[in-house]
Amino acid sequence: MIGGLFIYNHKGEVLISRVYRDDIGRNAVDAFRVNVIHARQQVRSPVTNIARTSFFHVKRSNIWLAAVTKQNVNAAMVFEFLYKMCDVMTAYFGKISEENIKNNFVLIYELLDEILDFGYPQNSETGALKTFITQQGIKGQLQTKEEQSQITSQVTGQIGWRREGIKYRRNELFLDVLESVNLLMSPQGQVLSAHVSGRVVMKSYLSGMPECKFGMNDKIVIDKQGKGGATDDAGKSDLGGGSGKQSIAIDDCTFHQCVRLSKFDSERSISFIPPDGEYELMRYRTTKDIILPFRVIPLVREVGRTKLEVKVVIKSNFKPSLLAQKIEVRIPTPLNTSGVQVICMKGKAKYKASENAIVWKIKRMAGMKESQISAEIELLPTNDKKKWARPPISMNFEVPFAPSGLKVRYLKVFESKLNYSDHDVIKWVRYIGRSGIYETRC
Amino acid sequence: MISGPFCVLQENRQFGSKMTDSKYFTTTKKGEIFELKAELNSDKKEKKKEAVKKVIASMTVGKDVSALFPDVVNCMQTDNLELKKLVYLYLMNYAKSQPDMAIMAVNTFVKDCEDPNPLIRALAVRTMGCIRVDKITEYLCEPLRKCLKDEDPYVRKTAAVCVAKLHDINAQLVEDQGFLDTLKDLISDSNPMVVANAVAALSEIAESHPNSNLLDLNPQTINKLLTALNECTEWGQIFILDCLANYTPRDDRESQSICERVTPRLSHANSAVVLSAVKVLMKFMEMLPKDLDYYGTLLKKLAPPLVTLLSAEPELQYVALRNINLIVQRRPEIMKHEMKVFFVKYNDPIYVKLEKLDIMIRLASQANIAQVLAELKEYATEVDVDFVRKAVRAIGRCAIKVEQSAERCVSTLLDLIQTKVNYVVQEAIVVIKDIFRKYPNKYESVIATLCENLDSLDEPEARAAMIWIVGEYAERIDNADELLESFLEGFHDESTQVQLQLLTAIVKLFLKKPTETQELVQQVLSLATQDSDNPDLRDRGYIYWRLLSTDPVAAKEVVLAEKPLISEETDLIEPTLLEELICHIGTLASVYHKPPSAFVEGSRGVQHKRLPGSAGSGESVDSPETTSTAGVSDAPPAVIPSQGDLLGDLLNLDLTPTTAGPPPPAPSSGMQLGGMDLLGGGLDSLMGDESEPLGGDLGGTPAIGAGFGAAPAALPASFSAPVSGGLDDLFDLGGGVGMPMGAYSPPKSVWLPAMKAKGLEISGTFARRAGVIQMEMTLTNKAMSVMTDFAIQFNRNSFGLSPAGPLQVLTPLSPNQSIEVALPLNTSGPVMKMDPLNNLQVAVKNNIDVFYFSCQYPISMLFVEDGKMERQIFLATWKDIPNDNESQFQIKDCHLSSDAASNKLQGSNIFTIAKRTVDGQDMLYQSMKLTNGIWVLAELRIQAGNPNYTISLKCRAAEVSQCVFQSYEAVLKN
Repeated sequence: MIGGLFIYNHKGEVLISRVYRDDIGRNAVDAFRVNVIHARQQVRSPVTNIARTSFFHVKRSNIWLAAVTKQNVNAAMVFEFLYKMCDVMTAYFGKISEENIKNNFVLIYELLDEILDFGYPQNSETGALKTFITQQGIKGQLQTKEEQSQITSQVTGQIGWRREGIKYRRNELFLDVLESVNLLMSPQGQVLSAHVSGRVVMKSYLSGMPECKFGMNDKIVIDKQGKGGATDDAGKSDLGGGSGKQSIAIDDCTFHQCVRLSKFDSERSISFIPPDGEYELMRYRTTKDIILPFRVIPLVREVGRTKLEVKVVIKSNFKPSLLAQKIEVRIPTPLNTSGVQVICMKGKAKYKASENAIVWKIKRMAGMKESQISAEIELLPTNDKKKWARPPISMNFEVPFAPSGLKVRYLKVFESKLNYSDHDVIKWVRYIGRSGIYETRC
Repeated sequence: MISGPFCVLQENRQFGSKMTDSKYFTTTKKGEIFELKAELNSDKKEKKKEAVKKVIASMTVGKDVSALFPDVVNCMQTDNLELKKLVYLYLMNYAKSQPDMAIMAVNTFVKDCEDPNPLIRALAVRTMGCIRVDKITEYLCEPLRKCLKDEDPYVRKTAAVCVAKLHDINAQLVEDQGFLDTLKDLISDSNPMVVANAVAALSEIAESHPNSNLLDLNPQTINKLLTALNECTEWGQIFILDCLANYTPRDDRESQSICERVTPRLSHANSAVVLSAVKVLMKFMEMLPKDLDYYGTLLKKLAPPLVTLLSAEPELQYVALRNINLIVQRRPEIMKHEMKVFFVKYNDPIYVKLEKLDIMIRLASQANIAQVLAELKEYATEVDVDFVRKAVRAIGRCAIKVEQSAERCVSTLLDLIQTKVNYVVQEAIVVIKDIFRKYPNKYESVIATLCENLDSLDEPEARAAMIWIVGEYAERIDNADELLESFLEGFHDESTQVQLQLLTAIVKLFLKKPTETQELVQQVLSLATQDSDNPDLRDRGYIYWRLLSTDPVAAKEVVLAEKPLISEETDLIEPTLLEELICHIGTLASVYHKPPSAFVEGSRGVQHKRLPGSAGSGESVDSPETTSTAGVSDAPPAVIPSQGDLLGDLLNLDLTPTTAGPPPPAPSSGMQLGGMDLLGGGLDSLMGDESEPLGGDLGGTPAIGAGFGAAPAALPASFSAPVSGGLDDLFDLGGGVGMPMGAYSPPKSVWLPAMKAKGLEISGTFARRAGVIQMEMTLTNKAMSVMTDFAIQFNRNSFGLSPAGPLQVLTPLSPNQSIEVALPLNTSGPVMKMDPLNNLQVAVKNNIDVFYFSCQYPISMLFVEDGKMERQIFLATWKDIPNDNESQFQIKDCHLSSDAASNKLQGSNIFTIAKRTVDGQDMLYQSMKLTNGIWVLAELRIQAGNPNYTISLKCRAAEVSQCVFQSYEAVLKN
């Protein structure tokens, strides 16, 4: 198991050090600093073995978190724990920075004591932790016996993510379907790989211990239901805008720990008692029938040794009534670029020498439109034999629909003990599609 | 007193003004310790707390504040929980350096363990476990015992981990105090988190006690764990799944039902839960019959979650990729359609890129090769030198792996050479050499292009590759002599690799074009033999020189001999290691691709985990647990009596077969037999028998683990041959050739495929020649290097077969060469019942490694020449043996007359004692005797015109009947 945990600043100075096992000495702290933080080369692996001691590290801005062990630990668990620890710290004091860590070092030690015992991760749900570890010092003195046992049963209990007795005057919930669409396209316009990774984020303000059931247009479920009447054919051709598709094939999905996995496995129904406040209900991945909101058509021509001509066309491919926002096209330029002239029809384009790219920004763009940029790039003559690697043209955007075609069909809330019903709950659903890694090779 | 780490933090003084905690990092004044001392003893609570915070801050940056120990401990008795926690933190750090003073704290701990607040009780027991002072541990026992039975689950779950802590400090104490039993009871606790922590603690304790049967996993506990799995935290699920992976289900049905209950975990958001679930499934899948529908379903279910892992954070992607690399080697079918997800993204971290590339090559097949090549070509233009090189190398590997793509690969490589990027060119030349070695005489047209780049090669590997190409194809390169001569100029500055290659290439050239290159060859020979200090180079030089001067024709045959083709398997992980790594999915071992023993110190991790045997195989005899459970239900005596006991048995004429022979050997007893134990460890793995890791049987003990690891070194000693061994062997060989006996010997079959033994292929058979049992083998070297130092050893087996002498392979076995060996056997080796009875597990060693295989010998080989029983005795014995021991078999499609059959059988020492004819049916009464003195009596009924014979066998040891029947069938039909 984890033998020790260290937090360093960018210089390699220790901000937090907690040793859980005897086999980890103080010299481990220095070993990591010397071999990883101060290493001359770029880090080649997130796991480093130095003198039979293994170091797992993750970096958040310029803060290094390192877990140390001498045993054959579950590596995936260690990384998951480090991420979780970052989440917990962020939930307590915001951004992970040197200043915040120093300001909260007592709190961090306290948290570490609670969430990692002898190197074994324990309950690390922020909701539960906040009931008895706070920044204003520890609660505990003032608690009644009932409160104490409620805390302990929540921390250890089956529903560790929610406490009892929550009350809202207005029962309300927000569902955000957030998708990032990823694309790798060849210069000729052939899709090399495309997938959508989506998240359903829920903000719940519900009283009591509500039992929820979430439904979406999952192909497997729809097909099962559709067996009675043939309703499946309609709307399949309606791709533009992505609203009409009846069902989508989900490659894989994972759920927050509140979801009853065995029930999903057997009936494919998603039922759960949600945590209070914001959390990520599920993640999913689709690869079939993805609506690619934009198409990038590049044209790069080398004119002699000192000049490049670049022309890029973007086409929006969704319902004309919808608007895409925050569109940004990034066209890489060679390192020996001396000057760039750009002409674009829409938006603003600028050559950013520090980033070796032409950045073209468009605030808004409706569906089924097309826009173009052309640039002349002057190059300094070099005797460098190495060819320019031609990094792909990347794109950023935001669209108000789910590129996977996912639709929320229902979210039912049942709370038998309190006097509100599913109809009384105010529900909001929003779809946002963003670009993930959206690249076209040129 | 005031030292380094403090000063560097000074810049943060500015935050002090904000009255936040960061100010504690900034105190760097002189006399600080004194000040702190005063503050710690202050009456004001706030001041005290501030002072303790300062102390902790100093501790964090590595400053020694142990001098304040008594003062800090004095602050411990407080109602302020925050202060208390800080003091505890201090204690955990310094108690060890001040053990006497640490005792001062004990009272408070004991008192806190009685506190009405469960959070405080848990805090006390948690902290006490972290204070690693022997004296304190004694005081810890009572509070811990109470806390383990506390009414509050939070306290119980903390106490469970505390047992593991205490065990780490004083294992004996934990055992004496009976904490282990209490911990076991917690597995049945009503609270899932308590169960999970108890499992984690027990697993850890069990790891350092491979012999104890601590985690006594049986279907009941498994069921409890599976129930808790649905309810506990993500971390608890990981503990439980990792523990489940150590269990070996009894049969495929149990295996399937566990798999069914584990698969829902594949949808968990926590990647570690997913990977641990994959581990359990990959392992238990081994037990499922492949034709089962569920097996296919399971295979299909595994791919999507593995792909999903690739959208996690990069560090986790890396862990996932390292594991997928193992999974695709073990079960390529799982990911075969997922090639695209391994395409490299431009801003993947380099460690992710390199791993993806590796998996791409493993998944490359004829179906997807076009796409893969297009990708690889893209990668070869990237910036990161390592990545580019690997991409170029990957193109070469594709060419070797997928024959149809070779041409395209070569042209892609040529394109890359045209880029003139130095390291790309060099890498390309290295892989083109390999392509030539796989497809000789096919792509020579590219040589001209390669030669153009001769000057840019500055890396030894690339230079050596180029020289090899020039030498190999010297007859087609007009200016080969000039090219090689140009390399010769700086001969002494070259690395050994290049020098050796140059020497060989020039000799090749000379043999191909002797007239023009005499001078060149003399030059290189003298450079190599006279001016070089390198013994390898000198040796090679002399050999060539002598070969050339004595027999140029022989030289030609040697130097220009046809070379074996290279294969793509060279980069696969060796199968036994792969199996072990599959059992470690998700852990560091799977990330390093090394067994835990390679990087974990001490007793932990030396246990070699293995995959369970495939469905239906009853190879679990070795596990004490299965024997005991199996023993209850179907209870034939599980042992072949040893010689002495059998004789005694015969004399006593004991009628009850169940008491025959000694009690079953304790599974571990055999391991004490000196030379055998290192084999035992290895052979177990051959059996694919997942030994109960906590059950304390064969493979589990550290001693054997170590022995196994050291096997290559230790083997020769245990093989030390008797002096007469060689002579015996000669004699036996002579006998074998001179006296053709009628004894049946089955045709040779492949026992050890080359793929599993790094190129060594062994096929063989058994024969009985002139009363001597022989193992006749053909050893073939399909690898590229010479094999020497052969030795052989058997595992204990049912009839005590063991080699009568060493394995006689006198000359080294060169590539593509085969050698016939006959190994005489005796039956005086150690005995252990095998399943099947005639199974023989063999270890063969050579200079490369030790390999294990098993084979089955025809039992007729063990029939001795004096197996003819007196008629009277036969009759008496026939009656004497209870009817329960009689078994009947049918031999079908046999067209021999009874006399012919009798003659044929006699050749294999099955003697006909009497013949009776009743109603046209011939009844042959026959006897045979096994080497260990067991008599087998037979009645063979042959009806004229009916090709189906009926045979009844009677024997005191009824389990041999099946094998005897098989021998009958084999003898009669051949």
